[in-house]
Amino acid sequence: MCLAVPGLIESIYGDGFERAGKVNFGGIVREVNLVCVPEAQVGDYVVVHVGVAISKVDKEEAEQVFEYLRQMSEEEPQA
Amino acid sequence: MKFVDEYRDPALAEQFAQAIRQLVTRGWTIMEVCGGQTHSIMKYGIDQLLPSQVVLLHGPGCPVCVTPVEVLDKALEIASRPEVIFCSFGDMLRVPGSSGDLLSAKAAGADVRIVYSPLDAVKLAKSHPDKQVVFLAVGFETTAPANALAVEQASRMGLDNFTVLVSHVLVPPAIEAILQAPENQVNGFLAAGHVCAVMGCEEYEPIAAQYRVPIVVTGFEPLDILQGIYMCVKQLEEGRAEVENQYARSVRPTGNQPARELIRRVFRVIPRKWRGIGEIPASGLGLAEPYAKYDAEQRFGVAATSVPESSECISGLILQGRKKPPECPAFGKRCTPEQPLGATMVSTEGACAAYYRYARGR
Ligand code: SF4
Repeated sequence: MCLAVPGLIESIYGDGFERAGKVNFGGIVREVNLVCVPEAQVGDYVVVHVGVAISKVDKEEAEQVFEYLRQMSEEEPQA
Repeated sequence: MKFVDEYRDPALAEQFAQAIRQLVTRGWTIMEVCGGQTHSIMKYGIDQLLPSQVVLLHGPGCPVCVTPVEVLDKALEIASRPEVIFCSFGDMLRVPGSSGDLLSAKAAGADVRIVYSPLDAVKLAKSHPDKQVVFLAVGFETTAPANALAVEQASRMGLDNFTVLVSHVLVPPAIEAILQAPENQVNGFLAAGHVCAVMGCEEYEPIAAQYRVPIVVTGFEPLDILQGIYMCVKQLEEGRAEVENQYARSVRPTGNQPARELIRRVFRVIPRKWRGIGEIPASGLGLAEPYAKYDAEQRFGVAATSVPESSECISGLILQGRKKPPECPAFGKRCTPEQPLGATMVSTEGACAAYYRYARGR
């Protein structure tokens, strides 16, 4: 139930507790409340759970998994 | 889909699996707390990529599964009233109460509706001023901001016909309850990424220190989970017990401040009963005093009752990682997703349903 999916913000409207926007999830566009991600702008990816964005995806940190793998294979002396 | 597909690359998954095989020197038991992770693990066969020394146990992180029978009974009682539109997330509809489920109530004429978001229930209340709209607010910390926001919006709109039936639970007290059990076998945890996206990682520090367990905040895609396991095994092999963050693309160390602020305002921490496990102190959220008028239990006067659970279902042991679903005699026989005896077979994130769907033939 904690399923949350990243989507691309296409537009932002409303303010206060009604700040919302259209968010595109791989072609499916839904209205999402953006109150909890005041820093997020059009063009950002946000993680959305039950209609509310709970986090902005950090594009640099998103590379971390692959970077970790690269480092691991460089360090790997025993294999 | 961006930020999804690239974390499902099978060749990179194999690289992580190989690294884990090279790293491990002895047996370790790791619990993934969140049912969403259990689902990914079974769906992608991650457990089968791991060396035999690394055993994954499935934790209590499925809100649908741990919602007690009493709450379902209260939901059924409220939903049966003629003035009520009862709204819920779809996966709650087939969870058995002591007599029937919400789906059967709907078949019998109750106005039960599936909503995608609690905010949709607020919209319904606004467009049906002659009706009482009730939302079944279950979930972990991940869902708490949305539910808090629904109550806050209703309050700002001055809606008098919107209430919530709250059964919110919190992850850290559940982890502690598992660690305190005398038969505990868990050496390390994968903490639930989306819970931490809201709450941050800080509240896990004292748990890691006190019980000497590594806790790795982990995402939900196969590469996330494999990296989380790798980081956890590495800590165990090196004798460390720290909180690490695998899922930094979505989890900030201090979480989401506006979301935490909303939760703090609308909710307060209370003891909660967990289905199959029992009461855990300070393990849930209820409405804070200023929002008491949005409490469906008060509005409809549904009494506090205690209901015994089915004796056949061992989901309590499964939710604590003490048994795996195939060890239940009813699994796949008297209990299937079509005819569930327990909530862990209803929710797609329940361990029994995940095993039934992906691992029956293994
Ligand atoms: S298989 Fe069914 S009866 Fe057995 S523990 Fe799972 S939900 Fe309960």
